[in-house]
Amino acid sequence: MRTNPTKHAPPKAKPRKAKLNRYFLRLYVAGQTPKSVLAITNIKKICEENLKGRYVLDVIDIYQQPQLAQGKQIIAVPTLIKKLPPPLRRIIGDMSNTERVLIGLDLQKKA
Amino acid sequence: MAKSRTQLPKSPTGIQGLDEITGGGLPKGRPTLVCGSAGCGKTLLAMEFLVRGATQFNEPGVFMAFEETPKELTQNVASLGFDLKDLVARKKIVLDFVYVERTEIEATGEYDLEGLFIRLGHAIASINAKRVVLDTPIESLFSGFPNPFIVRAELRRLFRWLKDKGVTAIITGEHGEGTLTNQRLEEYVSDCVIVLDHRVSDQVSSRRLRVVKYRGSTHGTNEYPFLIDENGISVLPITSLGLQQIASTARISTGIARLDAMLGGSGFYRGSSVLISGTAGTGKTSLAAHFVDAACRRGERALYFAFEESPSQIMRNMRSIGIDLEPWVQKGLLLFQANRPSFVGLEMHLAMIHKAITAFKPQVVIVDPLNSFLIGGNETEVKSMLMRLVDFLKMNQITGMFTSLTSGGDAPGQSEVAISSLIDSWLLLHDIEIGGERNRGLYILKSRGMAHSNQIREFLLTDHGVELRDVYVGASGVLTGSARLAQEAQEQAGKLARQQETEHRQLELERKRKALEAQIAAMRAEFEAQETETLSIIGQEQVRGAQLAQERVDMGLSRKADTKPNKKKGDSK
Repeated sequence: MRTNPTKHAPPKAKPRKAKLNRYFLRLYVAGQTPKSVLAITNIKKICEENLKGRYVLDVIDIYQQPQLAQGKQIIAVPTLIKKLPPPLRRIIGDMSNTERVLIGLDLQKKA
Repeated sequence: MAKSRTQLPKSPTGIQGLDEITGGGLPKGRPTLVCGSAGCGKTLLAMEFLVRGATQFNEPGVFMAFEETPKELTQNVASLGFDLKDLVARKKIVLDFVYVERTEIEATGEYDLEGLFIRLGHAIASINAKRVVLDTPIESLFSGFPNPFIVRAELRRLFRWLKDKGVTAIITGEHGEGTLTNQRLEEYVSDCVIVLDHRVSDQVSSRRLRVVKYRGSTHGTNEYPFLIDENGISVLPITSLGLQQIASTARISTGIARLDAMLGGSGFYRGSSVLISGTAGTGKTSLAAHFVDAACRRGERALYFAFEESPSQIMRNMRSIGIDLEPWVQKGLLLFQANRPSFVGLEMHLAMIHKAITAFKPQVVIVDPLNSFLIGGNETEVKSMLMRLVDFLKMNQITGMFTSLTSGGDAPGQSEVAISSLIDSWLLLHDIEIGGERNRGLYILKSRGMAHSNQIREFLLTDHGVELRDVYVGASGVLTGSARLAQEAQEQAGKLARQQETEHRQLELERKRKALEAQIAAMRAEFEAQETETLSIIGQEQVRGAQLAQERVDMGLSRKADTKPNKKKGDSK
């Protein structure tokens, strides 16, 4: 597992926040269904608009790697998992509701 | 598996009793719903289905848990003797824990649960599974995902998908209010529905199972009690099955020769039901112990269900009347099962009795005493339980002996448990109070199919076992105990006196005969003397007559002198 840098020095986290605030995102889809395609398009757009330059997005087809579905507890597809920054969060669906995606990514507070 | 034309193919569960109720198992290649409230044994039933499938029927299985982690599951079922770790390592079983946490999930549009399908499909393919268990998917999925319509549609799709895969599946679900499951899942899984129940009445809990629905197959529809113990689940289909038992004509000894004699000379019928009823302390257990002892002597196996005394107490007490049961226990011919009646519910007792009988395979079963089951007003239940027990024993040609404690005030022919109609031979023990003491009496109230004695016997407990004595029946009524002994002594004295009198009379007679004979001898002697005298007179008379004739001839000669001498007198005639 990757260690979480913020864990070690929470008080000093503030000045380095921009640097540490990188997003590691994984989108799990099941094949090239319309939902998958839509989800990929939507999340890429959101990331580009809100996290430009500070995110990594992997897209994984669980048909190709079914063991990951078990390992990563994927039930609903598409599922976007925000590994970093914490807390871990699962955002499910075709990402068409931008506002909810932003809430899920902790980029926007719940109304 | 035998495929019959009329019955759909079935997948045996390997769970004791369940396959009997369902006529061979769960519908093969179809999903079955097992529902019930928390703690009723759903997960265990599903797990046993998988484990038995993997170990006994060579059908690997996938267990998809929604509530317990594989580690927890492994620990939980280890107590039932299932080694999941080993089965997983041997690729017989796959455990998959599905974790759904609502607070981590943010829904952002259209989604489906394809991930679940992929996981399940992958797990099935990895070990070529034939069986699948989904343990409480409904609750966790509905609570985990915000859109119930999607979950509902996906579950429906999942069950169809399982059918298409051809796996035999169990889906467990919590009991809903007014419906079998929450979210009315039974509407989708409709091939076979089994409901488990765990209820408490009179502070005693019992588990029951019922097959609510089984499409395309006949099945037992009653509620069946089931047990969870170290061997897993056993369901007991013990509702009365009818009266098709074969009646044996073989007889078995009661262990008491006099009692055998009372029962047509050779004891009870094998496979019959025997009731010994009596008031407290009349020797019911002692009779039972004799019976057990006799069975073990014949090399038969006896199972003794004790509900009021511990095995060691029974053995100690029986030793005091000269019956040593311990060797039989050591030889494995006799098994005691002692439980308090309130330990579990009636059904569970019956279930346990069944289980023990099936495991031990005895020829003789003792239930001592029956009426300790009577708690409150459950008489009908006790009767129905006994009926099933008697049926079960008869079907297996086991002779059952039940003891029943009656209270003194009752009519002797009325057992507290109104089961007389179920009983073939009924021995009644009762107290006879005469002369300031209490004695035991035994008689046979009934014994079907044999000529039996109608006599009351006095029943004695001696240091060499039970003895039956004839009671004294005479002018002063029925006497037992000391009164009988006194009467017997009195009779003995009377008898002696009579004997002496007889002897005396015989002597008298002899004496008289002798006197008579002496008299006869005297008279005979007198007669003989007379006879002799008479005869001698007659002789003298004859001699005189002859002399007179001679004298006359001699006279004639002397007068004429010319005739021949009287030497020739014979020629002149």
